[in-house]
Amino acid sequence: MSAARVGVVTFPGTLDDQDAARAVRHAGGEAVPLWHADPDLKGVDAVFLPGGFSYGDYLRCGAISRFAPLMEELIPAARAGLPVLGTCNGFQILCEAHLLPGALMRNAGLHYVCRDQGIRVENTATPWTSDFTEGQEIVLPVKHGEGRYVADPATLAAIEAGGQVVFRYTGGNPNGSLNDIAGIRNEAGNIVGLMPHPEHAVEDLTGAPSTDGRAFFTSILKKLVNT
Amino acid sequence: MNPDVNLDTVKRAADTPDERQPYAELGMKRDEYDRVKEILGRRPTSSELAIYSVMWSEHCSYKSSKVHLRQFGTKAPQSDALLVGMGENAGVVDIGDGWAATFKIESHNHPSYVEPHQGAATGVGGIVRDIMSMGARPIAVMDALRFGGADQADTRRVLPGVVEGISHYGNCLGLPNIGGEVVFDPCYIGNPLVNALCVGLLRKDQIKLAIAPGAGNKVVLFGALTGPDGIGGASVLASATFEDESQAKRPSVQVGDPFMEKLLIECCLELYQADVVVGIQDLGAAGVSCATTELAAKGTGGMDVRLDLVPLRDPSLRPEEILMSESQERMMAVVAPDDIDAFMAICAKWDIPATVIGEVTDSGRLVMTWHGETIVDIPPGTAADEGPVYERPFHEPAGQAALNASSPADLPRPEDLRAALLQLLGSPNLASKEWVTSQYDRYVRGNTVLAQPADAGVLRISEAMPGAEETTRGIALATDGNGRYARLDPYAGAQLALAEAYRNVAVTGAVPLAVTNCLNFGSPEDPEVMWQFSEAVRGLADACKTLGVPVTGGNVSFYNQTGSTPIHPTPVVGVLGVIEDVAKRVRSGFTGTGEKVVLLGETSAEFGGSEWAHVAHGHLGGLPPEVDLEAERALGRVLTEAAAQGLLTGSHDLSDGGLAIALAEACLAQGIGCTVSLTGDDAFVDLFSESASRALVTVRPESFEAFAELCAAHEVPCYGLGTTGGASLVVEGVLDIPVAELRETHTGTLPAIFG
Repeated sequence: MSAARVGVVTFPGTLDDQDAARAVRHAGGEAVPLWHADPDLKGVDAVFLPGGFSYGDYLRCGAISRFAPLMEELIPAARAGLPVLGTCNGFQILCEAHLLPGALMRNAGLHYVCRDQGIRVENTATPWTSDFTEGQEIVLPVKHGEGRYVADPATLAAIEAGGQVVFRYTGGNPNGSLNDIAGIRNEAGNIVGLMPHPEHAVEDLTGAPSTDGRAFFTSILKKLVNT
Repeated sequence: MNPDVNLDTVKRAADTPDERQPYAELGMKRDEYDRVKEILGRRPTSSELAIYSVMWSEHCSYKSSKVHLRQFGTKAPQSDALLVGMGENAGVVDIGDGWAATFKIESHNHPSYVEPHQGAATGVGGIVRDIMSMGARPIAVMDALRFGGADQADTRRVLPGVVEGISHYGNCLGLPNIGGEVVFDPCYIGNPLVNALCVGLLRKDQIKLAIAPGAGNKVVLFGALTGPDGIGGASVLASATFEDESQAKRPSVQVGDPFMEKLLIECCLELYQADVVVGIQDLGAAGVSCATTELAAKGTGGMDVRLDLVPLRDPSLRPEEILMSESQERMMAVVAPDDIDAFMAICAKWDIPATVIGEVTDSGRLVMTWHGETIVDIPPGTAADEGPVYERPFHEPAGQAALNASSPADLPRPEDLRAALLQLLGSPNLASKEWVTSQYDRYVRGNTVLAQPADAGVLRISEAMPGAEETTRGIALATDGNGRYARLDPYAGAQLALAEAYRNVAVTGAVPLAVTNCLNFGSPEDPEVMWQFSEAVRGLADACKTLGVPVTGGNVSFYNQTGSTPIHPTPVVGVLGVIEDVAKRVRSGFTGTGEKVVLLGETSAEFGGSEWAHVAHGHLGGLPPEVDLEAERALGRVLTEAAAQGLLTGSHDLSDGGLAIALAEACLAQGIGCTVSLTGDDAFVDLFSESASRALVTVRPESFEAFAELCAAHEVPCYGLGTTGGASLVVEGVLDIPVAELRETHTGTLPAIFG
């Protein structure tokens, strides 16, 4: 049986694509490079939108990326159930593309923040979080200047009530996100976006002093193998 | 188009030999101007004057420092590791298994004072392009920063801007920031030092050089469009010709676009991989002037350039301004005609504008035209390599003897050593720099093994570039400098900076290999500053020889002074080392409980220029710690051999603040306390002296004997001080401080000042 294929998207200005591909490989999957200008998903089983400063973050983070030729393919596929994970800039792109509700604003402290952050897993009913247990406390790095999650009160109430909050910051909110929200999912659960970086927490030697990011990749690969 | 009556052509220059030219406004001396006329056999055109004035500036020509810097070559130690030495964009070092590292540190001091954010950002951008132009993928950056007193008002203006500039530019580039320094001293008020370092990786056999060989090869300018950024003096030329005041008011600090630079990095790497580049040069200081003269001088010898083909962001720019523009994110490549299409296709893929602006010739002349008229016709080597060289006079500063006589031995010592430790630990220079470093991405690219606050940054090589998978190697990098030591004795101060960087690399388990330096001084026209400079260079060159680590390149920054008051002489030294198996790297500080805490090296009462004298008494006098390079070398061997044998569980160098601060930092690393006893008869000296060539390590009890034997074999003094564990730093009979209290003191200072 061939390995599950996870597409890793590179926009101009994407930075964590190499890390994302490595994390997929470490978990036993095949990382398939996807190029922003190429409207072809190459038959991948899932897609990872990594962090960075796509298109220089000009206009608004993720605002230009959502119109990339690749996104014309990705948006309908995601709506149809393709598992998609967006971290950091990837999360911002998913919000700009209206695949996830709400938006990411400038950090409350007005500074870029890179730190190893406590996070609680709130929802495991997604293909990206099934290997966690609900309420599990993990550590992942955050590194962003615009990660303050905001949504209008009705949306916020709806995602809280619907179990769409997947991750919450613990031990101090790094950016002023509403309800300490670090990551969310869509109603169907196939699309997950979060500001922290699981791909920087998969090895003992490098990255954050944690390997808690591995479960994202083992989760999705199990899901893909079992379907 | 209409005839350009104001264009200063070669023909016009020949016809109007007596036309007054603004050479003085461009920073040229009369004899330098006369020398240009002698070279050309006529007066220069205004474009030629632009080229000579920037190429012969202190910044580009090293005219005041050259005679001293030669020692880095003449005294260089034998090293098989050095692949490319001084004089290229950056030095290249063999790190084994077919791979090479290129690294360099460079100053962006003055722009960072004028406009902290853009000044610092473009400092990062410039050094990254130097590394790219060697054929390498940039893999990490570091910054050595110095500001005025932390409590001085202007520091609150400059520091946040500098940090934000580095953060924004470096983070957007996707380069991990793995270390550096943040130092405060009132001597830097008005003259902050922003020294940026970049390291890159390349295959040993794929080094690129700044040369333009092969007549008929094309000259391509690619990257950002050329605008009026950073044109210091060119507006003088423009307004001298046009009396157009609007042109004289252009910004002289460049503005950076990290997004363009990120694309430029990926584009260059693809160009290298496709093997379509014969020679390459980044455009930094002096822009097109520097790139064309240097490429031509080192190649077949000639180049024809159509300056009107340079793509402009501002179409009103005059040729003189184009020549001097320091617009960022630009590169110049020499490409064989057959490869031009492939070259252009790769640039198009990355949305990088690229334009053929000229051709390599064998004429021995750099000829530039502007809409068909010849405006430059010079032998390129005369601008690039044959600038003026000055033997500036120097003598010991008038107050030097009195300064050295003002011994710290007479300073009142603290009665309460616990309070003294906390006072030092919370002082701006020793306090946690997390407020700064948390604004930098240290994780991107996934190869960061150690980063700040570790003694040195360590990177894994195997996944840094395709093809490197087989190597187990890693590289370590540290920068250090101590202006107070250098003020007391620039010869020893430079050596102590090298010794500390060398030690910081060795404590991770890496073998120090090579050196880069950034020499920050006051005005070379002040003989007292020039003495500091000459002593520092002599000291550094001698120490590099003894330690066996060659200088691969660097940068000199003069004129860091306000009025007649220069900064402390501040040589900042970067050392690169290699660790054969990066998985064996040693972490900084205590990593487990029940381990033996061991002090390596000898301690004597050395407080001249110390952090304690500075913080407790505001005192600077006496002599800096004694330099013993043989002891340093022996210590380095013990540390690297012990790491390779897996004997060390943690290590940390001793420097500013001595053993007291090293112990506190070791506890803070992972929140593990310790109980230790002092070995000497004077607890104050044991704790706060800054004697060099010392380190604090931990070993498992069962490894101690083997480790002590290793120390004995290298004649490195080794003292068991105690054991790790508990929640407090306990120095028996002297002090007992909970780690939580250490942390509160250590982390509170910078946020309290900078918000």
